[in-house]
Amino acid sequence: MTHILLRHRDIPDINMINAYKKDGGFAAFRKVVTKMKPAEVTEIVKNSSLRGRGGAGFPTGMKWSFIDNRNWPHYVVANADESEPGTFKDREIMEANPFQFLEGLALASYAVGAKVAYVYLRGEFWQLAAYLDEKIADMENAGYLGEKLFGTDYSLKIYTHLGAGAYICGEETALLESLEGKRGQPRVRPPFPPSYGLYGKPTIINNVETFTNVPPILANGADWYKSMGTLDSAGVKVFSLSGRVRKPGNYELPFGTTFRQLIYEHAGGVQEGRPIKAIMPAGASSSLIVVDDQVLDTPMDYASVRTLGADLGSASVIVLDDTVDIDWVVNKTIHFFKHESCGKCTPCREGNYWMKHLTSRIHSGGGSKDDVDLLLNVAKQMQGKCLCALGEFSTMAVVTGIERFPQDFKKAVKA
Amino acid sequence: MSLEKTYPKEVKQILAKYPPEHKRSAVMPLLYLAQREEGYITKSAMQDIAQILEITETDVASIVGFYTLYHDKKEGKYRMQVCTDLPCALRGADEFLDAVCGNLGIQVGETTEDGLITIESVMCLAACDKAPMFQTQGPDGIKYHELMTVDRTMELIKALKQAGREVKS
Repeated sequence: MTHILLRHRDIPDINMINAYKKDGGFAAFRKVVTKMKPAEVTEIVKNSSLRGRGGAGFPTGMKWSFIDNRNWPHYVVANADESEPGTFKDREIMEANPFQFLEGLALASYAVGAKVAYVYLRGEFWQLAAYLDEKIADMENAGYLGEKLFGTDYSLKIYTHLGAGAYICGEETALLESLEGKRGQPRVRPPFPPSYGLYGKPTIINNVETFTNVPPILANGADWYKSMGTLDSAGVKVFSLSGRVRKPGNYELPFGTTFRQLIYEHAGGVQEGRPIKAIMPAGASSSLIVVDDQVLDTPMDYASVRTLGADLGSASVIVLDDTVDIDWVVNKTIHFFKHESCGKCTPCREGNYWMKHLTSRIHSGGGSKDDVDLLLNVAKQMQGKCLCALGEFSTMAVVTGIERFPQDFKKAVKA
Repeated sequence: MSLEKTYPKEVKQILAKYPPEHKRSAVMPLLYLAQREEGYITKSAMQDIAQILEITETDVASIVGFYTLYHDKKEGKYRMQVCTDLPCALRGADEFLDAVCGNLGIQVGETTEDGLITIESVMCLAACDKAPMFQTQGPDGIKYHELMTVDRTMELIKALKQAGREVKS
């Protein structure tokens, strides 16, 4: 299959502006700015059924249509704060196919009338931010960014902004706080960013992969895009595959590809040919799924994965073979969430603190059956009470781990 | 040290990214600039940044305390930050970290005697398919080192040591 997002795998030097242009790059942006009204762009994206690739899967065109036109200026922000254990797709897109991402960001900016867009990158992407600055300068020099683009009245600037090591800044309102120079703590929603975003102004925030889908949609049309994937989940997805597989990495495939196809056909199966014990389909924030043939043959799209008692999220598939103890997995994920909890809301701050103590004690062999019960109780008490998804998702591996893999916890507390 | 005197061009470039009435947005890039020299943020740098942005020193300190890539005390010249989250651990990151610590004769969080390396265990660096991996945070920013072995890591440390000597002599 020809790639739509990871096009660098088919076209050499697509990270260079001349190669990108030669392959039709920026044609969509030029056409849109010179010939189309902003609302028409949003309509095409809406018709394409593109859903946000950051994890929540919200319809992108619908989000853009919520922008509040009574309040100006507008902003567009690219969420490049990729920090979830298991997720490493946006980095490859930005490194290897940067112009398609930036063109998508520019198209979104035109669609919602923003004249300034920011790329918020996690601080660890230090080298990548400098590299994107060069690519942005290339676009400015070639007349794709700056004042009065293509002889019209539309002007656009794109700036990069580095975070500094805080997973919570991937949450859209925490990201905005951080971009405003504050601690990255989530805001109470509503109001949502399309009405109250950066500097209190209407703002559209999308994930890097979401923006990267936009130029081919504008170039080829909404129907073309909908012809791929499933009815519920249109188009293609970059699946980040990690854990005990022979060939971990990013795989761009249509939605609806099964777990079996991803793991066995594309990634060469499990290391040492071992059986799969569990899958986390959406990184550390996933529910754990007990694996059998039916699970392996489940299509990876938003609706089908939900029937397994999990969410597809950002499609960061972590594979655990039969040698992996689930109490260890839970201990690892809780150490992550405890560290990354921003502390703003009590259920997440306190809940993760206690979950970390309990999982550490259980995993180190010093725990009791009561500790396992208490751990499950703490996790369940947190559910539905946290200010943002971080707190909510911190409980997923705990609850599904204890409920679906009780034998591992029994073994841990006996040992 | 005054950032505006030492790095006038950089400060101007940073401030230009944000609306003048929202210059507080520049606090994070200015902190990176301040950290460049010493590897940590001094009290006077915080005062300096507060003055440039017309916010309080407490506001600046609250940012330093919140984000893990800013440091408020001097450690090794390079911070070697090994990711040990779940996907990396499934590819041997914990054993890798133990072995590197063993070779350096220090524990996680400690600094080598020559002040060159502080070794840290950090949360996800978005390189799960290329573990064991770590980043080095030093005078020249942050660099990724992926698909590492203990031997290659020790070679890198040797090279950093030699580079440091050349600079000194």
